[in-house]
Amino acid sequence: MSLNSIHQLEKLVNSELASKIQKSIIEFKELLIKTDVNNLIEVVQFLKSNDNCKFKQLIDIAGVDYPEREKRFELVYLFLSHELNSRIKLSIDFEIGIKIPTMTKLFPSANWMEREVFDMYGIEFENHPDLRRILTDYNFEGHPLRKDFPLSGFNEVRYSEKEKKVIYEPVKLEQNYRDFDFKSPWEGTKYIKDIEKKNKNDKKN
Amino acid sequence: MTKKTKKLSLNFGPQHPAAHGVLRLILELDGEVVEKADPHIGLLHRGTEKLIEHKTYTQALPYFDRLDYVAPMNQEHAFALAAEKLLEIEIPIRAKYIRVIFCEIGRILSHILNVTTQALDVGALTPSLWGFEERETLMTFYERASGSRLHANYFRTGGVHQDIPASLIEDIAKFCKSFPKIIDDLESLLTDNRIFKQRNVEIGIVTKQDAIDHSFSGVMLRGSGIAWDLRKSQPYECYKDLDFKIPVGKNGDCYDRYLCRIEEMRESVKIIMQCIEKIPKGPVKSIDGKITPPNKEALKESMEALIHHFKLFTEGYRVPSGNVYTAVEAPKGEFGVYLISDGSNKPYRCKIRAPGFSHLQAMEYLIKGHMLADVPAVLGSLDIVFGEVDR
Repeated sequence: MSLNSIHQLEKLVNSELASKIQKSIIEFKELLIKTDVNNLIEVVQFLKSNDNCKFKQLIDIAGVDYPEREKRFELVYLFLSHELNSRIKLSIDFEIGIKIPTMTKLFPSANWMEREVFDMYGIEFENHPDLRRILTDYNFEGHPLRKDFPLSGFNEVRYSEKEKKVIYEPVKLEQNYRDFDFKSPWEGTKYIKDIEKKNKNDKKN
Repeated sequence: MTKKTKKLSLNFGPQHPAAHGVLRLILELDGEVVEKADPHIGLLHRGTEKLIEHKTYTQALPYFDRLDYVAPMNQEHAFALAAEKLLEIEIPIRAKYIRVIFCEIGRILSHILNVTTQALDVGALTPSLWGFEERETLMTFYERASGSRLHANYFRTGGVHQDIPASLIEDIAKFCKSFPKIIDDLESLLTDNRIFKQRNVEIGIVTKQDAIDHSFSGVMLRGSGIAWDLRKSQPYECYKDLDFKIPVGKNGDCYDRYLCRIEEMRESVKIIMQCIEKIPKGPVKSIDGKITPPNKEALKESMEALIHHFKLFTEGYRVPSGNVYTAVEAPKGEFGVYLISDGSNKPYRCKIRAPGFSHLQAMEYLIKGHMLADVPAVLGSLDIVFGEVDR
């Protein structure tokens, strides 16, 4: 997809959807548009049915967790149009506990993708036909891809010879997980300061 | 007096040879007709995405070998491309050709496995014996390039890990000459085989519209008559300069998907041959010392190289902040990586888009109204590998 057509697409989306789009960014030849929870379905419907968009395939839904932000979660919907050979990313930011309208009516394939997001982040979807956990174990607790979920988890599983069954126990590590501080300078100290400054600014937003 | 009928629910797997891994399928049967299918996945879930968030970019790469372990390098490719896009670096031409050669070898590896095991599922044993011999040859090519048969860790950010010797290229060329004959042999066993056709023709039909709605990609899409291949439509590496065709099916059934895979193997052989003819000499990784490690000789003499080596394998390289989605045409369909970087040496988020996940999701739609015996046939033609579905 050429850069030209991305700019055209950006213009089209901004003029047709106007206030429903909060922001549009073109980075690395990819278009990302931001909307909010209330306008999500309308925007997706437009992207799917408009003759100059035709984003008829939902590629994936990616959840992202930013614990320090007020609107903690972000969902990124990736769409593909076969006919126009273009891609678009649509993202929404929202606080913890907010229910997101499901996309299963528009895209049947959203079913498992939303289940995965629910499983990994605990984000709930309204009117989803079958919102169960999908990848984690039966009776699993917690949402593993949240940033406050530890890498090694809470419980581990083993077969107990004594009880003759598989049992769950709290994780016991023989050695602590090695997490090094990599902030030692290599390309000069300036870039580390830049990153810290940027992160601080992000937190403020 | 009326007869009472009762629905039977059947637990298929998780340890069943025809489940191609660890799939637990809960089927509701009316006699022998499947009325409902509920796949339970996640039995091979290893938390790849979570692990990647805690590793540097260099350390994250080997996890991709362990997704679709039938064609490991194709997966690495998507991640390497994503990191390169964020870093905004171009890789040397020789590296591009090496990558394409090994991607196509991966495609052949995957398709041989799928075609022959699908045949095995419907009752033919011989194809798998013949096919696996060829897979073994191909895996020695993997080994000679990367040092391991499966978990290659070969496509690094900025190029490939090491150059391949001329003798390996010669042997790959030899294989390309002999392999079409093997495809013919496999076809002579299957394509016109009465039993194979009875089990596959008009089974698991997917219409064009449904293929798009269910997020199908790769052979699942092309089998239904949609000519869509990322190598052609959104070319990456040197696919633009290569001449190959996209085989497309007509009916969208299991048999058409089998035919597509056979033809794709032939096209892959052609691609490899062209690459071997065109491959130039030169470096195989980016010359940016802040991203790719120095070579072994330099380590003995240059202090700068030593420092770079140390920093690259402890801290790793920093990737500018931003988010990108890159996709490659893996043997099973569109394999994508959505990568978010916060400017540090570790990915902030790495979402892996596995083609098998969407394909398996459509299992209920595909199998409804079919007989129980069709379940392995349909499952086989979906080309499921649990490494990538469960992640």
